[in-house]
Amino acid sequence: MSCFWDSLLSLRERLAKKELSSQELVKHFFERIKEVEPKVRAYITLTEEGALAQAKEADKALAAGENKPLLGIPLAIKDNICIRGVRTTCASRMLENFVPTYNATVIERLRDAGAIFLGKTNLDEFAMGSSTENSAFFPTHNPWDLERVPGGSSGGSAAAVAAGLCAGALGSDTGGSIRQPASFCGVVGLKPTYGRVSRYGLVAFASSLDQIGPLTRTVADTALLLQVIAGPDNRDSTCVDQEVPDYLAALDMDLKGCKVGVPKEYFGQGLSQEVAQAIEASLEVMRDLGLEVKEVSLPHSPYAIAAYYIIAPAEASSNLARYDGVKYGFRAEGKDLLDMYKKTRSQGFGPEVKRRIMIGTYALSAGYYDAYYKKASQVRTLITKDFAEAFKEVDFVLGPVAPSPAFKIGERTADPLEMYLSDIYTISVNLAGIVGLSLPCAFSEKGLPIGLQIMGPHFSEERVLALGHQFERALGLFKQHPGL
Amino acid sequence: MQFEAVIGLEVHAQLTTASKIFCSCSTAFGAAPNTHVCEVCMAAPGTLPVLNKKVVDYAIKLALATNATIHPVAVFARKNYFYPDLPKGYQISQYDLPIATGGYIQIEVGSQTKRIRLVRIHMEEDAGKLIHDEHRPVSFVDFNRTGVPLLEIVSEPDIRSPEEAVAYLKKLRAILRYLEICDGNMEEGSLRCDANISIRPLGSKELGTKVELKNMNSFKHVQRALEYEIRRQTALYLDGKEIIQETRLFDVEKGVTVSMRGKEEAHDYRYFPDPDLVPLKVDDQWVEDIRQTLPELPDVKKERFMKEYGLPAYDAEIIISSRHLAEFFEACVKIFPKPKIVSNWIMTEVLRELNREGKEIHETKLTPELFTELLKLLEDNVISSTAAKKVFSEVYKTGKRPAQIVEEQGLRQESDEETLRAICQKLVKEHPKEVEKYRSGKKGVIGFFVGQVMRETKGKANPKVVNKLLTELLESE
Repeated sequence: MSCFWDSLLSLRERLAKKELSSQELVKHFFERIKEVEPKVRAYITLTEEGALAQAKEADKALAAGENKPLLGIPLAIKDNICIRGVRTTCASRMLENFVPTYNATVIERLRDAGAIFLGKTNLDEFAMGSSTENSAFFPTHNPWDLERVPGGSSGGSAAAVAAGLCAGALGSDTGGSIRQPASFCGVVGLKPTYGRVSRYGLVAFASSLDQIGPLTRTVADTALLLQVIAGPDNRDSTCVDQEVPDYLAALDMDLKGCKVGVPKEYFGQGLSQEVAQAIEASLEVMRDLGLEVKEVSLPHSPYAIAAYYIIAPAEASSNLARYDGVKYGFRAEGKDLLDMYKKTRSQGFGPEVKRRIMIGTYALSAGYYDAYYKKASQVRTLITKDFAEAFKEVDFVLGPVAPSPAFKIGERTADPLEMYLSDIYTISVNLAGIVGLSLPCAFSEKGLPIGLQIMGPHFSEERVLALGHQFERALGLFKQHPGL
Repeated sequence: MQFEAVIGLEVHAQLTTASKIFCSCSTAFGAAPNTHVCEVCMAAPGTLPVLNKKVVDYAIKLALATNATIHPVAVFARKNYFYPDLPKGYQISQYDLPIATGGYIQIEVGSQTKRIRLVRIHMEEDAGKLIHDEHRPVSFVDFNRTGVPLLEIVSEPDIRSPEEAVAYLKKLRAILRYLEICDGNMEEGSLRCDANISIRPLGSKELGTKVELKNMNSFKHVQRALEYEIRRQTALYLDGKEIIQETRLFDVEKGVTVSMRGKEEAHDYRYFPDPDLVPLKVDDQWVEDIRQTLPELPDVKKERFMKEYGLPAYDAEIIISSRHLAEFFEACVKIFPKPKIVSNWIMTEVLRELNREGKEIHETKLTPELFTELLKLLEDNVISSTAAKKVFSEVYKTGKRPAQIVEEQGLRQESDEETLRAICQKLVKEHPKEVEKYRSGKKGVIGFFVGQVMRETKGKANPKVVNKLLTELLESE
């Protein structure tokens, strides 16, 4: 009785029909984890005991006929989202032994919906990276080709979903950290509108860009998870007070005649032939679905990476100041306070985190603020306006997620700039705060998944998910799985 | 060569909201270390600040009370620096878009009213406290104070002397207390003051190099530190030496200021808008709602007291310095409608006791009823003014009725002319030599007789009546 490739919705049905119990389901997943995890290494922490206890509770509730949206369903959580009593490391030595005393709001909501947590997944340290190679502990391997990266920073979550090591997962996306690994691992990943999902309990990287979102096997599953985690939260002032629509109900909405915009700036230098062809083919599918495809322009997109690599490190330099060895986390002994600070932060953070803290500190320094942070904020406004203009003409903007399929482990670690370019198509969405959905649209010659990105205006998740769903059904790629 | 000082003050007022500015922890003072803390104020990973709207209410109150301009959009900014008492590694404060700018505070300089203009009022969070072990080289951090709301009030450099600085602080404290948003206790640190001070030759329009002074936790310290600094800078100037831009600490023991850090060691705080907090929108309705709650403010009250009760400016300024004292005064005048007598007693006997105990009038046993009963006894000559002072301190201590104290201690004054005349006649008879002296022109001898009467009556004789009777007796025949 296989269940590793079931969608959340299918599992929900099977649990309700008593085809299998939640405890069986959890046990099956842990059996698979024992078998496959040593090759993939998606998890930093496994919470088998807790998961089994939660499953037992879920079975009782199922027997009592309770009807919760995720009752008894096992999920994986990116290890920068706090679960009370479970080590939350951010894949950093700094927080290697940190156990939060509180739940993230999304965790509360998932728990209230009956979900079960199998464990915490690997990531680039503090979510800074595009390959999960910046994890202080170990790299995660792409289930489609173990020599390749799963993308990042939510590489652990994407790999876990792709390898059948969980039924669905949460990740976080600051510049593409959900969408790019989803693309590399052939799964669905959504970066919701900034303010759609509470950030409370998500360890901050860049507060004005971070957003939690689902990684799943199908678009419908993403809709289901978003349904549960979205909505206002009085613990996060940036979480918008706006009602959550019924995303699942909207999946089959009529989109005929809707307009899809393709930014001409997205098809220039750096985009691999294979990805370009995959996107072209996807546009054909869109036309077949009854949508109109037209070219649009996002004139400021060439400046997105530059602006992002000022704003995100600037915020990070401040957000990560709290890791000083005083209150919690790693502390190195020093001969005095300053020495303790220096040693703690030198030893506790990895090279990419330090690089970004230094970039950010520099960008905010007196005399440089106007030239860097302020200018970057202005560029951000222009990028937001570009999208607003485009969305006057079209309902969606389509493009690639990443310039190429998954690259090899170690291939880009020597050159941070080249690594940063992995996010060239995803970063603008974070800067503008809009919706970005990544879903599989093709496989490369080498059998690597290629993702398509569907972007929509603020709070357009309903439509974006509907288009994704209809595209996905037309293609049927979700039925393919890595041979692990 | 004459010099003048150019002084600007930066005051931090700790607000009396029940909970902290960005979490729901209590702000109560004096709890065991690290008991009023939570994951938010301890800066646990992933936690976020949520603004306590009450803090904005309080900021609006002060802005209205000082005629400052309230901005429709205010932004919180992060002030970044490392220190163990600052758990996030940054303080949430306000930078280029504070809640209010401009406005002024009025002070009395001699008989003139002077306006000290304000630069800005902004909201921010307090830091924690370091506690250093006396025996071992270790320090502890108490995060109870972390996140307690503060208003920072920055004045223009309009202050010209230490006296003006103290007057400004006192008036600001009175306003904060009238608004009931800060208890104004400098010793406990709920009102803190830093000063920027420079000197220049009198008449010059240029500004000298300014020095920042810290660690002045009483009005007296502010006065002494500024006086010292003026002397120090003047001496340097006259010696042709350079005044260095720096931060100096006031040494209370020695009464001097000492260098803490120079300009080049100054922090770069890397301010930027806090992305965890949305820009604060303050609409007209909010401001109007707060305006409705404002009490009569010190300056308005002072004007009214001068007009309505005929008090001199000096008296009025002192009485209105505390809202409770002003209320006490008015309650007294309602019962005993002689304002000047009431204010004289308040400014001397009452304030002496209050200052001695560091209390406010409503925290004592003295009520307007008891106080005016005492004034009435004095007014009606039932007791002498000496006895009244005695009765007052007893009333203040015990809360007993003055009439009861007068009876118990036999302080009633003898004013009956018949009784006193008999005593006087007897004494005049017994001291012919002194009578002779008086009549030969040594009028001062009357004092001798008054003293004798007082001795006979054990001090209870009404001295006015005694004087009158003795003069009659000695002048006659």
